[in-house]
Amino acid sequence: MQRFSGLDLFLRALGRHQTWKPQWREPEPKAAYDAVIVGGGGHGLGAAYYLAKEFGLRNIAVLEKGWIGGGNTGRNTTIIRSNYLFDESAALYDHAVKLWEGLSQELNYNVMFSQRGVLMLAHNIHDIQSFKRHVHANRVNGVDNEWLTPEQVKEFCPALNVGPNMRYPILGGALQRRGGTARHDAVAWGYARAADALGVDIIQNCEVTAINRDAQGRVSGVETTRGPIRTTKVGVSAAGHTSVLMQMAGLRMPLESYPLQALVSEPVKPAFNCVVMSNTIHAYISQSDKGEMVIGAGTDAYTSYSQRGALHIATHTLDAICELVPMFRRLRMLRKWGGIVDVTPDRSPILAKLPVPGLYVNCGWGTGGFKATPGAGHLLAWTMAKDEPHPINAPFTLERFRDGRLIDEAAAAAVAH
Amino acid sequence: MSAPFRLAQGGRIDRARPLGFTFDGKSYSGFAGDTLASALLSHGVHLTGRSFKYHRPRGILSAGADEPNALVGVGRDQTRYTPNLRAPQVELYDGLVAESQNRWPSLSFDIGAVNDLFGRFLPAGFYYKTFMWPRKAWDHVYEPKIRAMAGLGRAPTAADADRYTQRYAHCDVLVVGAGPAGLAAALAASAGGASVMLCDDQAEFGGSLLSETTATIDGKPAAQWIADTVATLRGRANVMLLGRTQAFGYYPHNSIGLVERLTDHLATPHPDMPRERLWTLRAREVVICAGALERPMVFPENDRPGIMLAGAARTYANRYGVKAGSRAVLFTAQDEGYRAALDLARAGVHVAAIADLRPNPDGELPAAARAAGLNIMAGTTVTGTRGRLRVSGATLGRLGLDGQVGQSQTIACDLLLMSGGMTPSVHLFSQSKGKLRFDETIKAYVPGQSAERERSAGACRGIFGLAAAIEDGFARGEEVAQAVGRAGGAVTRVAVTTLAAAPGVHLGAAPHDRDAATVKAFVDYQNDVTAKDLALATREGFRSIEHIKRYTTTGMATDQGKMSNMNALGIVADALRRDIPEIGLTTFRPPYTPVTFGAFAGTSRGQLFDPVRQTAIHGWAADHGAAFEDVGLWKRAHYFPQGGEDMHAAVARECKAVRAAVGIFDASTLGKIEIVGPDAAEFMNRMYTNAWTKLESGRCRYGVMLREDGFVMDDGVVGRMAHDRFHVTTTTGGAPRVLAHMEDYLQTEWPDLDVWLTSTTEQWAVIAVQGPNARKVLEPLVEDIDISAAAMPHMSVRQGRICGVPTRLFRVSFTGELGFEVNVPADYGRAVWEAIYQAGLAHGITPYGTETMHVLRAEKGYIIVGQETDGTAVPDDVGLGWAVGKAKKDFVGKRSLARAEFSKPDRKQMVGLRTRDPHDVLEEGAQIVANPNQPVPMTVLGQVTSSYFSAVLDHSIAIAMVRGGRARIGETLYVPMPDRVIAVTVVDPVFFDREGVRLDA
Ligand SMILES: Cc1cc2nc3c(=O)[nH]c(=O)nc-3n(C[C@H](O)[C@H](O)[C@H](O)COP(=O)(O)OP(=O)(O)OC[C@H]3O[C@@H](n4cnc5c(N)ncnc54)[C@H](O)[C@@H]3O)c2cc1C
Repeated sequence: MQRFSGLDLFLRALGRHQTWKPQWREPEPKAAYDAVIVGGGGHGLGAAYYLAKEFGLRNIAVLEKGWIGGGNTGRNTTIIRSNYLFDESAALYDHAVKLWEGLSQELNYNVMFSQRGVLMLAHNIHDIQSFKRHVHANRVNGVDNEWLTPEQVKEFCPALNVGPNMRYPILGGALQRRGGTARHDAVAWGYARAADALGVDIIQNCEVTAINRDAQGRVSGVETTRGPIRTTKVGVSAAGHTSVLMQMAGLRMPLESYPLQALVSEPVKPAFNCVVMSNTIHAYISQSDKGEMVIGAGTDAYTSYSQRGALHIATHTLDAICELVPMFRRLRMLRKWGGIVDVTPDRSPILAKLPVPGLYVNCGWGTGGFKATPGAGHLLAWTMAKDEPHPINAPFTLERFRDGRLIDEAAAAAVAH
Repeated sequence: MSAPFRLAQGGRIDRARPLGFTFDGKSYSGFAGDTLASALLSHGVHLTGRSFKYHRPRGILSAGADEPNALVGVGRDQTRYTPNLRAPQVELYDGLVAESQNRWPSLSFDIGAVNDLFGRFLPAGFYYKTFMWPRKAWDHVYEPKIRAMAGLGRAPTAADADRYTQRYAHCDVLVVGAGPAGLAAALAASAGGASVMLCDDQAEFGGSLLSETTATIDGKPAAQWIADTVATLRGRANVMLLGRTQAFGYYPHNSIGLVERLTDHLATPHPDMPRERLWTLRAREVVICAGALERPMVFPENDRPGIMLAGAARTYANRYGVKAGSRAVLFTAQDEGYRAALDLARAGVHVAAIADLRPNPDGELPAAARAAGLNIMAGTTVTGTRGRLRVSGATLGRLGLDGQVGQSQTIACDLLLMSGGMTPSVHLFSQSKGKLRFDETIKAYVPGQSAERERSAGACRGIFGLAAAIEDGFARGEEVAQAVGRAGGAVTRVAVTTLAAAPGVHLGAAPHDRDAATVKAFVDYQNDVTAKDLALATREGFRSIEHIKRYTTTGMATDQGKMSNMNALGIVADALRRDIPEIGLTTFRPPYTPVTFGAFAGTSRGQLFDPVRQTAIHGWAADHGAAFEDVGLWKRAHYFPQGGEDMHAAVARECKAVRAAVGIFDASTLGKIEIVGPDAAEFMNRMYTNAWTKLESGRCRYGVMLREDGFVMDDGVVGRMAHDRFHVTTTTGGAPRVLAHMEDYLQTEWPDLDVWLTSTTEQWAVIAVQGPNARKVLEPLVEDIDISAAAMPHMSVRQGRICGVPTRLFRVSFTGELGFEVNVPADYGRAVWEAIYQAGLAHGITPYGTETMHVLRAEKGYIIVGQETDGTAVPDDVGLGWAVGKAKKDFVGKRSLARAEFSKPDRKQMVGLRTRDPHDVLEEGAQIVANPNQPVPMTVLGQVTSSYFSAVLDHSIAIAMVRGGRARIGETLYVPMPDRVIAVTVVDPVFFDREGVRLDA
């Protein structure tokens, strides 16, 4: 792998940038691989990287039906935090945050992980109770999360309106200082480049159309739009389309797929210094390094695979943004888009080995899996390599829905992203 | 303030109405009908902005929505400051104040321009490759620096003083765009009486025709035809014309988002006028007549001020009476560009040369140019330009037969016009999920298969000729009139005279003889993406146009690729040696051009952000000094402070009063559902865990409702009013969810059940009278109900009258005291409340709020769904195992309850906690551990769910969910806090009157 550095950039600039090599190859699919990952989002590419790097599996491929990072990885509002309520979740998300903290160096690709802090706003007594419970639970879990009074909220994020004139005034907030954002495309590309350098084939425009099984029911390969591929291990990491893929293996997943929207404003000079989330009034906002306000909206009320959400959902988010930051009322929406998120009944992911031997899944991250990207990739790699889960993802089975061992983050706080 | 570049005559401006304005503090003049751009150009001002990355000086490039350079901040004052407005779209008014952006200290001397000198070290995507060492430097040095440099305009710093509104509407036909095709389509569509809405983003209807001075339509000048047509449309009652209205988004089932600008063009808007109006429209048929955009040419240094689109210069001359320069060179690849050269020459601009990339320009327009004596240089490209804050010359190179640049010459000019081809505006079509098709003859994407009831007409589908576009408009208009059953017969066609233009066939970078690896030939002006950046991206292995867009940021500027996308595709196709359709196309996303946040928010602001639900008794509570809390949409009285009490003091007083005498509480927000029908009891059996069949009329039961997965969803007291009628109550927040849950089952699972559900939450006011004196207070007011202990035991319900109005009187208690809940029709709520209060004064009645209610119920160990439960508790966990009908055949959640997981002894169970120090009140949400000295992450046993100081018991009380809690009663556990550890004893969760004798008083 050509190593990126300021010096390298300088030298190549002197050479008029003619000597740059492709960041990853464009290989033809081979007839067989030791393992195949379906889905070239951050999670799938991450899994491939860790399989090659940590577990020595190098004859592997990532199959992506479109272009890598073109799914939710490249569509999300990139909020990263780990102050989840339940022990299992906190461990899972914090595993990811710890990996985020060294990811640029690990991949030699600047993923621009920016720990500007994630502030979650409380607007009623129930919110206060819920956030305080989070703060206490996180503290004994070793995850940073602190409670701020309205005055402290204002001090931390001066753009916010903490006045009493709001319909639901800000009554405080929970702040995770290690939270922040990262550059989504760079995550996909950085993993792709690093995985490719270790020999992983990244195959784009290659849609998986069937999962083949042998007489014993074990996975034996996949059919794709670029021909059949033999393999005994298939890891599915297809976010909103997981149910479709799992149906190919005869599995019905406890997932519902919904459109989720986001939008950006025109770029402006720095005016918003951190990430703010308000679940009660449905607003998620941060300012990108480019200057755009990045705003997350809610999911549609109905399931759908159409990657565009309803107008009134976005509208509802913007009224909340305008209440929280009244001087943004004159900013303008530049671009709005949607992605398909896969939602489980308990709003926690499924990251597990499945009843079909050789089949593994990483899904159900719903509205909030970007933050987990390095962790999910790493744990999926572990689970595939060892054919058993890592202790961190062991609770996140498919069977928990049958057994009633839910990890109900939604009920705990109804927090998205 | 004379305007040296204003033409002596012509244009649609009103020379009788001069206007003054300032730009960067300098005063200028213009006329009504000008835009900021045309007025600045009339003073010879081209330099209006700086680019995003290199801070290169930039001029006005276009005359419309595609403008990437001339972005300005405009504001009457700080409360009305808007950044990033496109100067060609800003209508001039007297006193307008505009400022340039992204420069320091000034537009003509900008320190940021050093980036341009280091440009070679800042190629596409450079930031992914560096700024990584040392690790901490990203947080503290690089990122803060990058952030400080980013952005274009400054965000407003004061809250917006303007208002916005919204409207919903429907029509038979929506016509988007009022150029020649749109006007024709609207005429034809409305001829038979169909309701038609016609919207156009510009201040005037006419579109491209507004810049047309030579063509005739129906024997009259184009301007006359526009005026006549608009007058005809205005005269039709079935037509609605929406000017200054952009159709920004196409949503499923022909729902279209429009935004109408109402005041931005006015010098002194009426204070009652909203600034913008958002329309959500549903149209049976849509005709998109969005026109086409001219493509710039990509050549070295194609970005200096004074370089602009040919069509834009023509618009400034013909529509605004402004010549954009004195000495022009045209660089074109299509006939269309010649129109500008001809019109500018006619307006007195010296056209020094026409460099035509094509070897043999031979259409009607080149012929006319030749006849006019213009210097046409066929087979010629532009290889570079001169000038810094304004273009001063262009170097023209002849192309040999091999395509190589041969001899070249530099021609002095202060205006360089570009015309690379026309790109149909397929944005809305594409948003509607229609399939685009690449048209090789015009080298552009055009609409293919539609997905909605929609069609395109005119230039937006590649029909560029004026006559053909008008004909297309008529034909599509007739079609939609027919489609909606309002055909008006064939519209009389019009004759059109104009010179025909052959389409351009060029895409991508123009040939030149410079070093392609170093020259800057801009593709995306605002984001400073050059042809060499695109080439670099392909070299680095990016193949999909989506990747190239994201890596280089081409097409991501505020024009969203209107100016750049097609050229970028051409360059990438060349670099990868693939056909354009193989490269793909980035998705068109709404909005078409940026839309103000405020328009989306509309009137939903301040107290109108959400509806406020108030009970019938709200006014009384407010009059009596209640502090309110938000519970969902409801305002609930939280406590009633007296004489400067804080919440704790008020609550302590209220609690004692209820236990010692009597309290009155507004419980009207409780959800209420009337369940009626022969199968009502069966329905109740299936929805709730409890058994209902044997509940007698006139009796109540506490019901528990589960989700399908067995977890507690809601609870509430249910009264059986008659054999076939139940009065169900739910939690305040759960009311809509519970009704939806019930309806879902009734309609999808049990359609055979004969039962109706009606929400009656707002029909009943509910007055809880609780405390030992409750009966004494009510007895004299109740008319025909015997409320004695014997006649009306705990958990019964009676119908009768109170204070002369009908009531459903429940004997229930959420306090543990003798208690009644008086339900009366909401309209009588306040009167009955006041009567009870008056009658109660003699018995020490005290109004109390939700906080006291919470404390009283916690003293009794009653749960609150959503506080003790969090979606992970089954009935047994919270001590409600008794409420589950063991013998019942089925109910929602029953099968799930049988799961092994739910009978494990180490489940979290509800218990009480006592602190050593009776005044230590635990924090709700605090965690509970067995060993407080263990390392982090700790093994947590549970959490505090409710915690109060009980004034009645004179010690703190807490309810908690603790693993295996019931078996731990008597144990000492610990609550680790940031500053200390609190030891607690696990106790039974009922702290007060364990035997429940007070209930039966
Ligand atoms: C609008 C929006 C905002 C969000 N905001 C946040 C946020 O702020 N913070 C956060 O943490 N999370 C957020 N999320 C969620 C987050 O984006 C996702 O959870 C996460 O990116 C999922 O990553 P992934 O790699 O699993 O999925 P994706 O990136 O979606 O990757 C799945 C890939 O599988 C491919 N695929 C599907 N089917 C097939 C097939 N048959 N064959 C081959 N390939 C296939 C798809 O093309 C896709 O590229 C948001 C999501 C959306 C839509």
